[in-house]
Amino acid sequence: MTGKKEARARRALLGAGGYHGTGILLAIFFLAPFAITILSSFRHGTEARLPPIPPWPTTGFSLDAYRGLDSFGAGVWQHTLNSAAVAIGTALLTVVVSLLAGYGFSRYRFMFKNALFVLIIATLMIPFQSILTPLFIILAKLGLNNSLIGLTLVYVTLQLPFSVFMMRNAFDAVPKEIEEAARIDGARDLKLLVRVLLPLVLPGIVTVAIFAFLNSWNEFLAALVLLSDNSKFTLPILISAVRAGRLGAIDWGAVQAGVTVMSVPCLFVFLLLQRYYMRGLMAGAVK
Amino acid sequence: MTLAESLSRPARRSRPKRRSQWKGLLYIAPAMALVIVFFILPVLFTFWMSLHKWPLLGAPKFIGLGNYIRMLSDTRFYGALGFTAYYTVIITIAIFALAFPLAIFVERQRRMVGVYRTAIFMPVVVGLASASLLWVWFANVDAGFLNPLLAWLGIVDLKTNFFASFDSAFFIICLMVVWKVAGFTMIILLTGLQAIPTELGEAARIDGANRWKRFIYVTLPLMRKTMALSLILSVTGSILAFDQFYIMTAGGPQNKMISVVYYIFNQSFVSFNLGYGAAMSLGLLVILVLISIFQLWLLRVGEERP
Repeated sequence: MTGKKEARARRALLGAGGYHGTGILLAIFFLAPFAITILSSFRHGTEARLPPIPPWPTTGFSLDAYRGLDSFGAGVWQHTLNSAAVAIGTALLTVVVSLLAGYGFSRYRFMFKNALFVLIIATLMIPFQSILTPLFIILAKLGLNNSLIGLTLVYVTLQLPFSVFMMRNAFDAVPKEIEEAARIDGARDLKLLVRVLLPLVLPGIVTVAIFAFLNSWNEFLAALVLLSDNSKFTLPILISAVRAGRLGAIDWGAVQAGVTVMSVPCLFVFLLLQRYYMRGLMAGAVK
Repeated sequence: MTLAESLSRPARRSRPKRRSQWKGLLYIAPAMALVIVFFILPVLFTFWMSLHKWPLLGAPKFIGLGNYIRMLSDTRFYGALGFTAYYTVIITIAIFALAFPLAIFVERQRRMVGVYRTAIFMPVVVGLASASLLWVWFANVDAGFLNPLLAWLGIVDLKTNFFASFDSAFFIICLMVVWKVAGFTMIILLTGLQAIPTELGEAARIDGANRWKRFIYVTLPLMRKTMALSLILSVTGSILAFDQFYIMTAGGPQNKMISVVYYIFNQSFVSFNLGYGAAMSLGLLVILVLISIFQLWLLRVGEERP
């Protein structure tokens, strides 16, 4: 009897070992490229053109790669600022616009309400890649070509189907009784929305903001097409110019530093707010 | 009154209807304005532009269906369509081949499973451009990591330039995309797996079905809807691929890696044939709408089955 028990225990241990062995190998495959890039970006300038073996700095910690990156375009600070302005601007504006729209669609009745809601959601069917050409002309007509504001407005529009859907659902889940009680206490319209309902739909707002931030921080094609002035470039456009090389030579150290600057904020935001990110993903998937 | 009843109850019957209407429209006005100016208008404008020879500078000239006739006889456009289809098929198979086992691996609640899920998902949250830049360095013959690693494992020669031939460059791009996207598909499939009642698997086991049979006859049929969804997301995403080809291979050896979006980008914003670009955009749109309709059909088929 004890022999059988021991065999089963050993098999369970082996199974657990296999499971965690596989898990650790998988984690290495998916995480190592980040770790190697981030560590390599702190090597000395002389090491940057060599393979990252070993991937960590061997001759001391150095910011050479970041200095190299800074020599491109208008400097890495300016481009990081561009990206941050667009991403944070998109997140804020998306939250405000979808908060109002979500509230309107959830709590009011008006003509063509369902048709208008479907219209907003239906824009998901049309990929923005196919309307870039006219967008380029329309923005020029509005005097918003080659402008970070124009790019932000385009990004906000691209976020709206998902965000309005999320916010309407968030408001639908708030019991009407809370609103009635606040109304009796004298809260009306915007005051009611901001003071009473806002805290109740905060999880939805966080989800909307994360997706708006990450998508606009990472977007490449629209920024490539709509920004023509060197100093306006967002980070992805700058780093892809670095990768294209100067005078036939590519500064790989600057590419490593660029990838680090672009990825670390995304990884950080995700790890910090993972719960809200996954909620958004599920809502999109189950829809 | 139940919650559902209270939610479906018409809003504020006591208030004057006209005023409430006006207010509701006011709340959705900013969203509608943005969607109309930056989405509906451009879609309509695409059609108008596609009927013109539209240079960057100077007046557009009406040429009727000229751009469409040109499109139908443009061998490079067909080449781009062909390459995009090839890429879409290969990458979708590759993603599913990895994501399905991953979803099964992270499904059961065990110690550390949350850590593994998060680790596998991490590449999803960085941009495709960042991932492309990371891997183009990784696979660089002089300064990269892949050559020394694979040479140490004895798979390739240390001086193999992956980006010199179509097949190896294509392989690197697929490796990058699978690394970047597998976690996303895994999570979608995971939601489908978790929605299957455990009793069904138990019942099948009592009836003597082994693990493989349970997977084929119980799990897969119940996953139809989730599979259709993740399949469509993968297919439409791949048809619109641009970043990786632009950044990693700049169109690839002998311009063999020009995807449809890349070709439209070149025609519109490099050669400045904006009208022709618009016509091809509409062609792409039609293809994608057809796929969306196919998606709806696929999802309905999924619902008909028990």
